[in-house]
Amino acid sequence: MVDARFKPGAKVKVRKAFPLGHVRTPFYVRGLTGTIERLCGTFPNPEELAQMRDGLPEQPLYRVRFRQKDVWPDYRGSAKDVVEVEIFQHWLEPA
Amino acid sequence: MKDKGKYQPLSYFQLMEVTLRELLTEKGLLSEERITQEVETMRNRGYERGARVVARAWLDPAFKTRLLQNGTQACEELGLEIPGLKLLVVENTREVHNTIVCTLCSCYPRVLLGLPPDWYKSRNYRSRMVREPRAVLKEFGLRVPEKVQIRIHDSSADMRYMVLPMRPAGTAAWSEERLAGLVNRDCLLGVAVPKGPND
Amino acid sequence: MIERSHHDMGGLRAGKVKRTEHDYADWERRVDAMVQLLRFDGKMTVDELRKNIEALPPHAYDAMSYYEKWVTSLAQTLLQRGVVTTDELAKKMVEVEKRGRR
Repeated sequence: MVDARFKPGAKVKVRKAFPLGHVRTPFYVRGLTGTIERLCGTFPNPEELAQMRDGLPEQPLYRVRFRQKDVWPDYRGSAKDVVEVEIFQHWLEPA
Repeated sequence: MKDKGKYQPLSYFQLMEVTLRELLTEKGLLSEERITQEVETMRNRGYERGARVVARAWLDPAFKTRLLQNGTQACEELGLEIPGLKLLVVENTREVHNTIVCTLCSCYPRVLLGLPPDWYKSRNYRSRMVREPRAVLKEFGLRVPEKVQIRIHDSSADMRYMVLPMRPAGTAAWSEERLAGLVNRDCLLGVAVPKGPND
Repeated sequence: MIERSHHDMGGLRAGKVKRTEHDYADWERRVDAMVQLLRFDGKMTVDELRKNIEALPPHAYDAMSYYEKWVTSLAQTLLQRGVVTTDELAKKMVEVEKRGRR
């Protein structure tokens, strides 16, 4: 198991990478900065499970909160609106 | 397996289903009995199970706290069979409205609520809900005021989500069963809200 | 062109949501059941299923129904795992078609 690096409230940046393979970090958040909402737990890496490997050691999985106005340049809603996405630790860097 | 009577040639995909089922059975990996049983088990899962959880949370504040803390454990408390589900329940309030989507595929708390509807898996829902939630919710007939914060939950990994809607006014002294009757599947996804007797 | 995978559609422009639902056909429910049982038995993962769905050509991804994609992906997964071979699939498909069973 890999240790959890981030605490709730921490600012994190999603890696701006576009690798091939099975990836569960959605395209629309790559390179964006958000806040850790919570640690969900640790889970086997889906990128590896998809390739018939065991995905171990388990990786910390977080829910990351993004302000919609930071995600979409033309967002027409409340400035308070957010989107919350589950992202594995290896896709996150301190912001 | 049910016989619908009128012979029609199998589509390529139906042919594939029979082929795989027979090969897997011949190889001892599955059996017709297990498959039939699993189909039956899935048929018996529906949104009513989620509605029960909501009604209990409305009536029992301590349960509600536990539900929001650990959705899986709270459902198991009620005797619900939810193998492997990692449930996260998000609460609607006067300040916050929650909606669930899976932009990458169609992740849904199936073992609790049953099979998801077609629209939840559609390109249009998956594409637009994260970007223009108010417009999409309006298409569902739900207007969320500007002063209310919308939280969209993109079910991108191992967690599965259910919305705990607000209890409608005018339902004091209602039984758990009657309260559960107000909650449909769309309420649990956050594309609708329960209607009370005053609405 | 392939930086954003075709399935990774969050935020793309799209049309009105058609609130269709359908009562799943028996064959669809059996596909679903087979996947869940194989996953439970540790014979495949949902990640492989997703990977193989994501690998479909874009026009096929858009045109195929949900369970058409699932059964296709299930076959690919089992082939990759060596549970079935292409030749076994071919022989069985021809045999089933001859029987004309639904």
